[in-house]
Amino acid sequence: MTGMSKTTTENVICTFCASGCDDLQITHDGRSVDSARNGCAISVSRFTSTKESRILKPLVRTKGTLRPTTFAKAIDRAARILNNARYPLLYGWSQTSCEATSRGIELAELVGGLIDNTTTSCHGPTILGLQDVGEATCTLGEVRHSADLIIYWGCNPIHSHPNHTNRFTVFSKGRFRKARKDRKLVVVDVRRTDTAKLADRFVQVQPNGDYELLTALRTAIKGGEIEQDSIAGVPTETVEEIADMMVECEFGALFFGLGLTMSIGKHRNTEAALALVRDLNYVTKFVIIPMRGWFNVTGANEVSTWQTGYPYAVDLTQGYPRFNPGDTSAIDTVIRGEVDAALVVASDPVSHFPKSAVKHLLDIPIVTVEPKRTPTSEASEVMIPSAIIGIEATGTIYRIDGVPLEARKVIDPPPGIRSDVEILDAIIKRVKSLGVRR
Amino acid sequence: MSELLIRNGYVFDPLNGIEGERKDISVRNGKVVEKVSRKARLLDASGMTVMPGGVDIHSHIAGSKANSARMMRPEDHSKDPEPKTKHTRSGVGHTIPSVFTTGYRYARMGYTTVFEPATPPLKTRHTHEELNDIPIIDKGCFPLFGNNWFVMEYVKQGRIEELAAYVAWMLEATRGYAIKIVNPGGIEAWRWGRNLRLLDDRVPNFDVTPREIVRALCQVNSLLNLPHAVHIHPNGLAEPGNYQTTIDTMECVRDIPTRGRPIMHVTHVQFTGRKGWSWPDVRSGAPEIADYVNTHDHVSIDPGQLIFTNVTWMTADGPAMFALFKLTKTKWFNADVESETGAGVVAATYKKSNYVNAIQWGIALELALLVKDPWKIFLTTDHPNGGPFTAYPRVISWLVSEEARRKVIDKVNKTARRRLDLPGIDREYSLHEIATITRAATARSLGLQSKGHLGVGADADIAIYNIEPSKIDLAKEYKLVRKAFARAAFTIKDGRIVVKNGEVVRSVQGRTFWTRPQVSEATMKTVVNDLESKFDDYYTIRMANYPIEEQYLTASQMITTSTGV
Repeated sequence: MTGMSKTTTENVICTFCASGCDDLQITHDGRSVDSARNGCAISVSRFTSTKESRILKPLVRTKGTLRPTTFAKAIDRAARILNNARYPLLYGWSQTSCEATSRGIELAELVGGLIDNTTTSCHGPTILGLQDVGEATCTLGEVRHSADLIIYWGCNPIHSHPNHTNRFTVFSKGRFRKARKDRKLVVVDVRRTDTAKLADRFVQVQPNGDYELLTALRTAIKGGEIEQDSIAGVPTETVEEIADMMVECEFGALFFGLGLTMSIGKHRNTEAALALVRDLNYVTKFVIIPMRGWFNVTGANEVSTWQTGYPYAVDLTQGYPRFNPGDTSAIDTVIRGEVDAALVVASDPVSHFPKSAVKHLLDIPIVTVEPKRTPTSEASEVMIPSAIIGIEATGTIYRIDGVPLEARKVIDPPPGIRSDVEILDAIIKRVKSLGVRR
Repeated sequence: MSELLIRNGYVFDPLNGIEGERKDISVRNGKVVEKVSRKARLLDASGMTVMPGGVDIHSHIAGSKANSARMMRPEDHSKDPEPKTKHTRSGVGHTIPSVFTTGYRYARMGYTTVFEPATPPLKTRHTHEELNDIPIIDKGCFPLFGNNWFVMEYVKQGRIEELAAYVAWMLEATRGYAIKIVNPGGIEAWRWGRNLRLLDDRVPNFDVTPREIVRALCQVNSLLNLPHAVHIHPNGLAEPGNYQTTIDTMECVRDIPTRGRPIMHVTHVQFTGRKGWSWPDVRSGAPEIADYVNTHDHVSIDPGQLIFTNVTWMTADGPAMFALFKLTKTKWFNADVESETGAGVVAATYKKSNYVNAIQWGIALELALLVKDPWKIFLTTDHPNGGPFTAYPRVISWLVSEEARRKVIDKVNKTARRRLDLPGIDREYSLHEIATITRAATARSLGLQSKGHLGVGADADIAIYNIEPSKIDLAKEYKLVRKAFARAAFTIKDGRIVVKNGEVVRSVQGRTFWTRPQVSEATMKTVVNDLESKFDDYYTIRMANYPIEEQYLTASQMITTSTGV
């Protein structure tokens, strides 16, 4: 080590949203980040604030208070909690590496638990829709090169995926589409978002009217007649006009977000969107890409699928994988009070779960593996701080479109802080040595 | 030092000309050796058949499209769970098993090496993640080149040496094993919802033809001295009348020097061996294709045998999948990959009563029975397109027994039965021929010198089956044959017993093979400059983030070739 000298690491992969920007320039001294270039504002803040809210020692609750302890003691306590539970939940995984998720599945199988990732509360309905009709999709570069019609539906990438429009859609430079003028942009949302302000056409749909509007569009693209004057608050002429734009484009791309998956209809909405895009392929070329949120939520689905057959909500209590969302999904099992311990890795369910679920979570022992202090870590029985993937530890992550990237370590983690993989390996080892009850 | 002595089995080792002789096989430290010490562990194989471990040349077991298929088809898994045991992880089947289950099920059948035949280069890191996780078997993958922008541009410019260096760069960057072509040019046309059906159709915007792409990549294969032939899925997949395109594809590289072995392997010919003009009129093109293969030495084929069951179609051939989806109306998945290739997945079912399905079943068997030389045709179901790999024992029973085939022929669609030559073919494979098409010939075609045989120096990957050749009439006792190949008595991987009586008793980590052709620095420099100048225009990831480091492979096995480039 050259001590305090500054270096700039090129081509660093951002681990915030799932756009996978991989051209960041990070200036650092090996221990802390000085400045971050090329990323969006969120990315810069993520890289430059690694030291904030960090927990630097493993914590174990004793006499009601979280107190610092040794790594070995924290691991032992975590292993005992999981091993003693009848129905442990292993939750999170969307903000860690595929390698960590793989360890999570091994541990879930070992202790006979339920493993679920944050898909369960965001794009779970997308997967359920996909399981009904399939999905016509592509990598983001194909959109950049070819799409002359872009639709953002129920999402606001200007804020959620700030580089999306300039890297992949309207403002990007592709082989067959060079600039903004070569593409049309349609935004469908319940309110005029900042993304909508960029659109050639903004379509304001009534809240919870997505299914109706999608179904009308499916009718219209097939030349069917719509008898009503308006559909979900949208004039029928507008519906027909959008349908014409879809049919007449050379390569259309529909991006959708939680506005579709988490409004009334859920997986029926996504199914209608997937079916609309499928049907459009009879007359032109069309693709659909969900705007997944966290940087490796796609990867969590992928690992879970190749190891167990199922992308999320996998119950391993019977010694083989079972998948029945609603029955085997995290929030539902927690609300029903079935889960009696939880391992939370790289997520914050106490902040994100519905109130009734949080109420039960606070009643059971939680083990949290997470770089920073969160409401979940504060409510935990054991808190094991970990290194930040893509900044302090290396790991594989998957972009929205399934392109895998190796997010490499840029700086060292704080002294004594281990990666999620090392922590999970230690828990697995300890559980095995305790002798599995099952 | 671990030693094993396999005693007194009937050994079938076609590469060494051993045909059912009773002999001992000695193993030390994972390799077959001349002899072992008296301390060696004894394994009594009396009354059993001993073969090299099975080598599968074409089976879609890993990567983004296999995983998309798994994700799309929970109904495929729920009826076929695989519980964990003391030695194994849990998982699911059926047509697209999860990774652990894939390794176990291959090992149970005595298979020890399997190649994933189509990986989109940009997503090959995913393929390797899955290959790393597949237990027991050795593996490798073939990156897709037939619709790649750099490839088509080099072809257009006639820069074969630079194309060769580019392919070498890509094989190293993706840790890939061989050149795969799927529907050359047709997937680029699919960008605009179109397809290319014939060898001289033109690729939109690139001004090259499938013929030019195929010829150039075969020349590259030869220049780079790659271990395997160019592995190709021709244009016009699944369409009636496509057998002619398949023959044209083989014929278009006949003049390229072959280095004494095939320059092209045409895969799952059942899907591209169809005569006729429309679906009601579709016929078997197997006799014509078999005739071509019988009279030419520059090609080999595999049939992609159809099994009457639920299947999952998956291929890089996006347009073909959409065309088939329009027939099945089940579920359709499509995933185009920027500047490189595509992928499609469709859920499907084959029925005996269906005319076209029955013809397909017949085409595959006719190919296997009409191609005379078992070194030119290999056992595949194009898993999971024709059927799951777990159906291999059933296919073997059809090959060794006319009676077994007859049982099915009697039940298939009557018109198909009348129009097929199959009922009149009485050829029955011997065990030696089965050993050839399932391990020896595939290992030779892949250029895996330590696989597919049991000579001194070979990897000690060995399958032992409950078949006593001197006592069994294969043709009559085909059900026993099927059972024996479904559950190996023993499977040995690198000298260690991993399967006993059809059950996994130990899990080990297999290797991943990849090829590194050694190309001159000057040519490579030219190509790297070309790549650097265009990479950001073609891809949405940086060139520096594209290559997969060798350490990413849990057990990397590099094969280097010296080249003329």
